[in-house]
Amino acid sequence: MFEISPAEWTAILLSLRVAIIATLVATPFGIALAWLLARRDFWGKSVLDAFVHLPLVLPPVVTGYLLLLTFGRKGLVGGFLADHLGIVFSFRWTGAALACGVMSFPLLVRPMRLSIEAIDRRLEQAAETLGAAPWKVFFTVTLPLALPGVLAGMVLGFAKAIGEFGATITFVSNIPGETQTISSAIYSLIQTPDGDAAAGRLVIVSIVLALGALIAAEWFARRATARLHGN
Amino acid sequence: MLRVDVEKQLGEFSLQASFSSEGRVIGLFGASGSGKTSLVNMIAGLLRPDRGSIVIDGETVDDTAAGIHVPTWRRRIGYVFQDARLFPHLNVAQNLDYGRRMNGLAPDPVQHKRVIDLLDIGALLDRRPGKLSGGERQRVALGRALLSRPRLLLLDEPLGALDEGRKLEILPYLVRLRDEANVPMVYVSHDAAELRQLATQIVMLKQGRVTSFGGVKMLA
Repeated sequence: MFEISPAEWTAILLSLRVAIIATLVATPFGIALAWLLARRDFWGKSVLDAFVHLPLVLPPVVTGYLLLLTFGRKGLVGGFLADHLGIVFSFRWTGAALACGVMSFPLLVRPMRLSIEAIDRRLEQAAETLGAAPWKVFFTVTLPLALPGVLAGMVLGFAKAIGEFGATITFVSNIPGETQTISSAIYSLIQTPDGDAAAGRLVIVSIVLALGALIAAEWFARRATARLHGN
Repeated sequence: MLRVDVEKQLGEFSLQASFSSEGRVIGLFGASGSGKTSLVNMIAGLLRPDRGSIVIDGETVDDTAAGIHVPTWRRRIGYVFQDARLFPHLNVAQNLDYGRRMNGLAPDPVQHKRVIDLLDIGALLDRRPGKLSGGERQRVALGRALLSRPRLLLLDEPLGALDEGRKLEILPYLVRLRDEANVPMVYVSHDAAELRQLATQIVMLKQGRVTSFGGVKMLA
């Protein structure tokens, strides 16, 4: 009864690939931004903060459309990347990864920022008195102490990315094998007669993935607390 | 060895201190709020003076007139804080080794063993800081600072967070440190008895000003 068809596997594997790539590429940017927001005061900080959170509150279709305008073949950035670097986003799985990365970014950054804010800065001072240059302090004290938060952010971002629908379908459409993720496959299936069983299976897969990610995030958060208390 | 001549405004509080010492252990004595910690933080480079200069071991690390401010991590100082500040994600051995690694120094097993024996922390090496008592933590912090091979050791009320019993437990180690480690120290305390045992010279601070300077006898 619970037999996953090759077409469904294609959608599941594509979703995983898109979400994993989106998360891995977004993570270094997320850490850098989290650090900036947690540690620095600069002009326009609140504007930057709001801008990062924008995909959380905008209708996803708007984000997708803006991505299409910017990163599409004729878009300012998309045209440049296609002509000069050969990187194409529109109607490719890479575009799906970009859309998922942008949509999940606020969720990815938040736990990272909170964990950096929670670090006792006096530990970083101690590291400095022991001869560690600022970048060494970051990699030997700040990042290890923030690691559970960083991982929690990655897990949450991944969970969001794997479920992303609106921006992805707007930006890169719904092409089986190229841009049809679990979400867009479910969307197609429930509009097809006799698609209910297949849709049901993908729904169950989605629930399992999302639950797994949330449990993992919770586990990392608990590790973070233990770590900061030195146990 | 150490020459300090600084001014610093911290909100309502103004700190103005000038002294120079060749002593092995300079005791910075004063009530809480007299500016002791701010002064030590300036020597460490964690706080920048508004005006003045600091010279450690012949090297000018601060000189506002010349625009010199050597960052903390290049000062080659050791700093033992009141609250130990051990790295919670590293065990004791890794904490002890941190300064050597950051300074790119070659391992020195003889020195390593000497410091561990001096402070009696050999049995703690595998433990995490969270599993140490207050006194043990402070001894590890001392070892960590010493093993970064500083040219000046700053101790800011290292016994301040400990109860009387623990203080008596640590004090002998500090005396041994003074006599055997061969590193000049600045020892901050509001406890005259502590300084009488440890210091070779006293700088007395009151409300941000040096009120007297001299031998330990003046604490009597």
